[in-house]
Amino acid sequence: MVAQLGTAEDNVEAAGMEPVRGRSLWSDARQRFFANKAATGGLVVLVLVVLFALFGQTVAQWSNEEIDWSLLGNIPQAGGPSIANGHYFGVDETGRDLYARVVQGSRISLMVGIVGALISVVVGTLWGAVAGYVGGKTDTVMMRIVDLMMSIPYMFVLILLLVVFERSLVMLFIGIGLISWLDMARIVRGQTLSLKNKEFVEAAIATGVRTPTIIFRHIVPNLLGVVIVYATLLVPSMIIFESFISFLGLGVQEPSTSWGALINMGASNLRNETPWMLGFPLAVFVISLFAFFFVGDGLRDALDPKDR
Amino acid sequence: MTLLQVRDLDVTFDIRPRGAWPWTPSDRLSAVADLSFDLEEGTTLGVVGESGSGKSTLARAIIGTVPATGGEILWDGTDLRKLSPRARRTHRREVQMIFQDPLAALNPRMNVGEIIAEPLRTHQPDVTSKQARAKASEMMERVGLLPNLINRYPHEFSGGQCQRIGIARALVLSPRLVICDEPVSALDVSVQAQVVNLLKRLQKEMGLSLIFIAHDLSVVKHISDRILVLYLGRQMEQGAARDVVRRPRHPYTQALISSVPIPDPKRERARKRPVLSGELPSPVNPPSGCVFRTRCPKAQPDCAVGRPPLLDVGDGHLVACPYQEVMETVA
Repeated sequence: MVAQLGTAEDNVEAAGMEPVRGRSLWSDARQRFFANKAATGGLVVLVLVVLFALFGQTVAQWSNEEIDWSLLGNIPQAGGPSIANGHYFGVDETGRDLYARVVQGSRISLMVGIVGALISVVVGTLWGAVAGYVGGKTDTVMMRIVDLMMSIPYMFVLILLLVVFERSLVMLFIGIGLISWLDMARIVRGQTLSLKNKEFVEAAIATGVRTPTIIFRHIVPNLLGVVIVYATLLVPSMIIFESFISFLGLGVQEPSTSWGALINMGASNLRNETPWMLGFPLAVFVISLFAFFFVGDGLRDALDPKDR
Repeated sequence: MTLLQVRDLDVTFDIRPRGAWPWTPSDRLSAVADLSFDLEEGTTLGVVGESGSGKSTLARAIIGTVPATGGEILWDGTDLRKLSPRARRTHRREVQMIFQDPLAALNPRMNVGEIIAEPLRTHQPDVTSKQARAKASEMMERVGLLPNLINRYPHEFSGGQCQRIGIARALVLSPRLVICDEPVSALDVSVQAQVVNLLKRLQKEMGLSLIFIAHDLSVVKHISDRILVLYLGRQMEQGAARDVVRRPRHPYTQALISSVPIPDPKRERARKRPVLSGELPSPVNPPSGCVFRTRCPKAQPDCAVGRPPLLDVGDGHLVACPYQEVMETVA
């Protein structure tokens, strides 16, 4: 018997038995996730990327602000990746260490992706769950607001925002926050509509549980699978979005940087025969996105084994 | 003592026709109409009828998850429909419900202890989680589940066990009335008997009143004191369980009872039984007069004219048919 696994409980001890530990749907999903090699691999890569962003600077021999004056002037010839002079990824067009710059860009890009996903998880889930559960006129009004915001060409609005107000990270977060939750709200509302007719929700209503408690105790936990999957797939799309804005030259501002800004810089220097300026940021970018997508896929298969 | 009196209960739903303009009037679906019955404390009322006859709507109107559109639901003499939403919610601890699909009625993300303790946490917020767990494991024992399974999740149990969890949740607050909405229809026959006997035992121990809904008369007659026969939301016959099953008077009840097979091939072959043909008419557009006349073997032209009144044929046995006559059954 698995009784040893359980935690002691005095009331049950009286019956002479220790409680058996149950296997929740979450622990089942965890098992399925780790049985999936691609997803586990993706997760490992992701952890490495995060560690790189957090602690990569400690390995660097140059800071991201220092200019290597000895290389300036002949960057295409001498600025390439080399262990000898401490520039592992080479230097950028102004002679700064590209490795340090990529570490710095990873921080910003990951932050943008995670903040975007967090906003969408919190706002989108609440918005969708309330609209779907309450229904009726509330639902109509809330979802029309979503429709309205979706019909606005957000890229245009964001560019306007960034031009009119000062370009800043905060502005970028506001812009991303405004749009990221819309799709999530729709997905969550759809799921809520099917959940709220389940008998366990009716049982809770019949018991006399209050509406907010029902939403938080019965609706949201059963939505989380879908939400988590969508959020992990949203992180890369937020990163791509930010990169696109930065690629246009409107995103983060010098001396700060992001993957998109670095790729932009590398791409514009392609003619100067400095392929490392594009290659390294792009490689980190692509690897991270792949990892995110693998993890997202793995999570979907693990949390929703039925609709594979 | 009479616990629950239902008087002329009406439940009507507005149905929006597909693609209707905002100003077109809704169709009216009358799910339950003019229903009256009394429920004595500690007794069981069986409600039978085929699918779509309004049994579940009746249950939901009493418990308050579906609004009644007319009539009175008197609980100890006070009309539940006139209570404030707040008072209504507090009142819900007195009435609990057991559902048809045992697994669907349990939140898959909560473990058994949390599920059973939920009514407790809702109505007695000052209960500590330790007390709640103790109470939950005590209830598990009462319904015949091993209390050491308290940390398990619903998907780890069989259908019969899930139904026991549902029963434990319904009884944790010691309610006075439990509404069982087809609690055994989704279970094996052998498990059905266990669950019905468990309900009977708990009823005796805790002094519960039950409203037991089923479409299977053989289950209902085993547990009920009185039986109410519904057809298209109207009551066809009502009476003491023995009377209704042994000497059904309404043609619909007679057809229902004769559809229960006798476990003896010789007698089963020898007996004459009225067989119903056709489908249940649409409740949006019910037949005029007696709603059963379109399928009734005894239908007369004047059945279409007016709603047949409930005739009292003695001992509180009510029949909604002027052409009623006793049919002796072997059941």
